Amino acid sequence: MDTLVAQLQRQFRDYTISLYHQGFLDDQFTELKKLQDECSPDFVAEVVSLFFEDCEKLIGNMARALDQTGNVDFNLVGSSVHQLKGSSSSVGAKRVKGLCVTFKECCDSQNFEGCVRCLQQVDIEYKSLKAKLQDLFSLEQQIVQAGGRIPQVDI
Amino acid sequence: MASDGGVSCLRRPEMINVGGIGGMESPPLDVDEVHVLAVDDSLVDRIFIERLLRITSCKVTAVDSGWRALEFLGIDNEKASAELDESSSFRQVPVVIMSSENVITRIDRCLEEGAEDFLLKPVKLADVKRLRNYLSRDVKLSNGNKRKLPEDSVSVNTSPPLTLSPDSSDSSPPPLLLSSDSSDASSPPLSPVESLSSPLSFPLDDEDDDVSTESSPTPEESPVRRQKMRSPSLD
Repeated sequence: MDTLVAQLQRQFRDYTISLYHQGFLDDQFTELKKLQDECSPDFVAEVVSLFFEDCEKLIGNMARALDQTGNVDFNLVGSSVHQLKGSSSSVGAKRVKGLCVTFKECCDSQNFEGCVRCLQQVDIEYKSLKAKLQDLFSLEQQIVQAGGRIPQVDI
Repeated sequence: MASDGGVSCLRRPEMINVGGIGGMESPPLDVDEVHVLAVDDSLVDRIFIERLLRITSCKVTAVDSGWRALEFLGIDNEKASAELDESSSFRQVPVVIMSSENVITRIDRCLEEGAEDFLLKPVKLADVKRLRNYLSRDVKLSNGNKRKLPEDSVSVNTSPPLTLSPDSSDSSPPPLLLSSDSSDASSPPLSPVESLSSPLSFPLDDEDDDVSTESSPTPEESPVRRQKMRSPSLD
């Protein structure tokens, strides 16, 4: 009969794999995990948290810029998109990064409707990832609290 | 547009870890350690590269712009090229560029301007380890034999960075400059590279206290050649 720890570990493993397979995360997230150890046990959670703060800030900048009806500074929007693309790339937020690529193209071609659409999608996407990662970290905590070790998941 | 989330590492040198991320402070440098000045306007990337470097036993100072980098090095922006011509120690600071743009012409230009290497973002642990390896190897080569470096050649000025100045005989500039070209309208991406590495000949001098990575990697090791072999459409 499965112990609680074994059940949680299996859930954690399955959930992690699904996040990669569904394209939410890519191997850069794996790179992030390599940097976590006993000295920095919360490194991934902290970086990811900074990333989401960054998302909020940059999306706010983009929204404000796009709000200047008739006088949209696409360079400004594009510059925020570039930053978001960079940080999403660094943490392995694959879908967010992919959206930024499309978004950047809309900025470059000064496609206002395209930009507005992309902005909405990016907003939805980062929030979705945030919720999923919170679930993942919560599973980790439950495993540890139940006295288990967080399994290494090979994708 | 500088990131307003930037940590001003200049003010609080002991607080390089933002919110405790990255764990404890760097221990004092060993003779084999290098000090890296990392420049990136993205806070996430700064934290990330800092961790990568700490894990590979580098002492790290992370700043958010080219101008702050010059400030940290004690170089007055306006007099930059004049000061740098006179100060041979800065001429030997190897510069490595990090960028998400995999554009050969741009990469070539960085190298022609004197960059030591080019890392494609997102940077991986293996990239930094490789960099670290050939930095150590070259340090030994530049000394002519395998003896350890004299202590003061890697001793880093432990007083607050604001007092660092090229004139101080006790200070050594950081042995490596790692610079991101994140788009920043106010700070032309290549200017820190240009100002720090414009002299293309690095005098190899055994008496020189500074770490020099004069030897270039052999072709099969060259990270840049591997870089160029990647498909340009990679994004």
